[in-house]
Amino acid sequence: MSDLNSMGFAKPPSATRIVVAMSGGVDSSVAAAMLARDGYDVVGLTMQLYDVGAATAKSKTCCAGQDIYDARRVADRIGMPHYVVDYETTFKADVIDRFADSYVRGETPVPCIMCNQTVKFRDLFKAAKDLGADALATGHYVQRLMGSQGPELHRAVDPARDQSYFLFATTRAQLEFVRFPLGGLEKPAVRALGEELGVHVAAKPDSQDICFVPDGRYAETVKRLRPEAARKGDLVHVDGRKMGAHDGVIHFTVGQRKGLGVGGEAEPLYVVRIEPETARVVVGPKAALLERGFALHGVNWLGDDAAPSGDGRHVIMKLRNTHTPIAGTVFGEGAGAARVVLDQPEAAVTPGQACVFYEGARVLGGGWIARGGASQPVSLNLKRSAAANA
Amino acid sequence: MTAPVAYLDYNASAPLLPEAAAAMTATFALAGNPSSVHRAGRAARAVIEDAREAVAALVKVTPAQVVFTSGATEANGLALAAGPVTAAAVEHPSVLAWAEAATIPVDADGIVDLPALENRLREFPPAVVALMLANNETGVLQPVTDAAGLAHGVGARLHCDAVQGPGRVLVNFQALGADTMSLSAHKFGGPKGVGALILRPGLELSALVKGGGQERRRRAGTENLAGIAGFGAAAKIAVTALDNAHRIAALRDVLEARIADQVPQARVLGQGVARLGNTSCIVLPGVPAETQLMRLDLANVQVSAGSACSSGKIAASHVLTAMGASEADAKCAIRVSFGPGSTVADIDAFFSAWLPLALTAAA
Repeated sequence: MSDLNSMGFAKPPSATRIVVAMSGGVDSSVAAAMLARDGYDVVGLTMQLYDVGAATAKSKTCCAGQDIYDARRVADRIGMPHYVVDYETTFKADVIDRFADSYVRGETPVPCIMCNQTVKFRDLFKAAKDLGADALATGHYVQRLMGSQGPELHRAVDPARDQSYFLFATTRAQLEFVRFPLGGLEKPAVRALGEELGVHVAAKPDSQDICFVPDGRYAETVKRLRPEAARKGDLVHVDGRKMGAHDGVIHFTVGQRKGLGVGGEAEPLYVVRIEPETARVVVGPKAALLERGFALHGVNWLGDDAAPSGDGRHVIMKLRNTHTPIAGTVFGEGAGAARVVLDQPEAAVTPGQACVFYEGARVLGGGWIARGGASQPVSLNLKRSAAANA
Repeated sequence: MTAPVAYLDYNASAPLLPEAAAAMTATFALAGNPSSVHRAGRAARAVIEDAREAVAALVKVTPAQVVFTSGATEANGLALAAGPVTAAAVEHPSVLAWAEAATIPVDADGIVDLPALENRLREFPPAVVALMLANNETGVLQPVTDAAGLAHGVGARLHCDAVQGPGRVLVNFQALGADTMSLSAHKFGGPKGVGALILRPGLELSALVKGGGQERRRRAGTENLAGIAGFGAAAKIAVTALDNAHRIAALRDVLEARIADQVPQARVLGQGVARLGNTSCIVLPGVPAETQLMRLDLANVQVSAGSACSSGKIAASHVLTAMGASEADAKCAIRVSFGPGSTVADIDAFFSAWLPLALTAAA
């Protein structure tokens, strides 16, 4: 094992070509600088994903955002080759349109996962391979650790920074090729390393919002793409009472409490369910939010054992990126579908979000939360869950 | 370990000639403002006028016809700002920026459709017709003299963007029949950031850059002394460079013969028509120019593709789509352009990096 370099190859770093996905931000810049310092044959690629001018309705601005310039300046300073690859078309189809479609379906999507799944780990992978790279490195805070069955995906050592939730859909083949140089570092250490390596973006604030909605007004973006998401409708109580009207399902997320425009109830009301077919937003007390079971689609499994079968597999899971992990059982239903039965009912199981499975710090995979959790009968699964837990 | 650099992007910019560098360096010792009356001012003024004579000689005009600018983009603006402008579809963006939306089409080889131009002029006579001397992406030469005749027939001026010409083909302003013509120093060994507009005698244009009386009131602002000195030095060399053009064309033909021999699916655009001897526009179907450029650059072979946005993102070339290339093919075209410093070794370097891509795509 000692013959392998730090990226896991049995050759000197100078003969190991690593393509780094450079966003122009601190993290990927530091990742590139670290690899260059360690002597790797580093090539930077920055993805052109959308027209910044069009996204902010300032059509006179150039197609390139500040981030592309920042990435290029970092690469210049490091002295490494850097190129811009144009994925505008595929980003529009695979991320922006899917994001909008998801809202139209009454879901709350996670576009960063869609992006990792498609443009990053499909198209950028291909570009890296086309350039003869041995691996593709990103600035994600997640760890790729070698296990007995091959590379495993683990949470970052810095829990405040962990991005494993956004990478649940990484396939085994992708995991073979990808590297995450920052996964073992704390964020302050990364910033300090940036200063030390002369990465001039080290003091730049972290990006927060959805990148293609730079002004944070995601509803406007969705409305422009899918006007039907702005169809007016009723706000209805779970007990059947009409509570008011709303300006489109796009403005609501399951579990949302603020901005409902309803008051005078004994207890606070939350969005319990979104029914896009009738443009109804159903609200109710916190108790009405509790779910025991829900369906998943697009399931990816990264465990050493076989993917969960109908017999179930008990795991811990996160239902949102910021969620405190909870326990439940995953029942495989084949073809990427599964049902989850939670050990304890949980509030605000939000369709469109990912349910990511963990075993300790290791990511075992996950799936997308489907709509209709509360309306699905779960009694059968509850029985099976009890059996599985016995 | 690093492969030697093969620079094959002369149409983007040529390396600075040592003569130009020396002329520029000499100006750094001159304190005077060329507009000043005193001895130091006159010394600086003399440098500019020497350069003006050299540039005039390059294109067979008198010095008074030469207006120095910050480059061909500004020269094109100075010539076209008054408008309206009818332009060929394959013009440079700095020309198209001033032109009417309806451009004159070109044929599959990239040559402007003269009957279409004639019809357009009859229907909508503009103030200026813009037709380039040689296309920057394909090298294809345009029938400028014929177009000038058509323009004059409807009382319009003819502007010729001739930046790719000097040092490669004979550029005779008067023989072209143009009223204005733009030049750029860095395309033939001068420095970047300096160019000129050539004016027909007697033609007056109002200044774009207004202020002082420099350049006979046609371009205000203290002159780029070093740049103009370098431009003049390069112009002197370019006058004699045509002898070298045959050697360069032979190199280019070797490259195209090797491509035809080993990569039959590749196409060279404009190959059958009169074009610059230094330019080859190659379509490799199925391999995006983006990929070709990155692979070549990582092997230290430097070529261009289409028109790069300031981000470095490569858009499908408007020149190639105007020639009828599909969007897909236009995205798979690269431009290889040679110059006085090019050698067979550069072709070998290009081929050893490019052939694997072509063969992989064919497999």
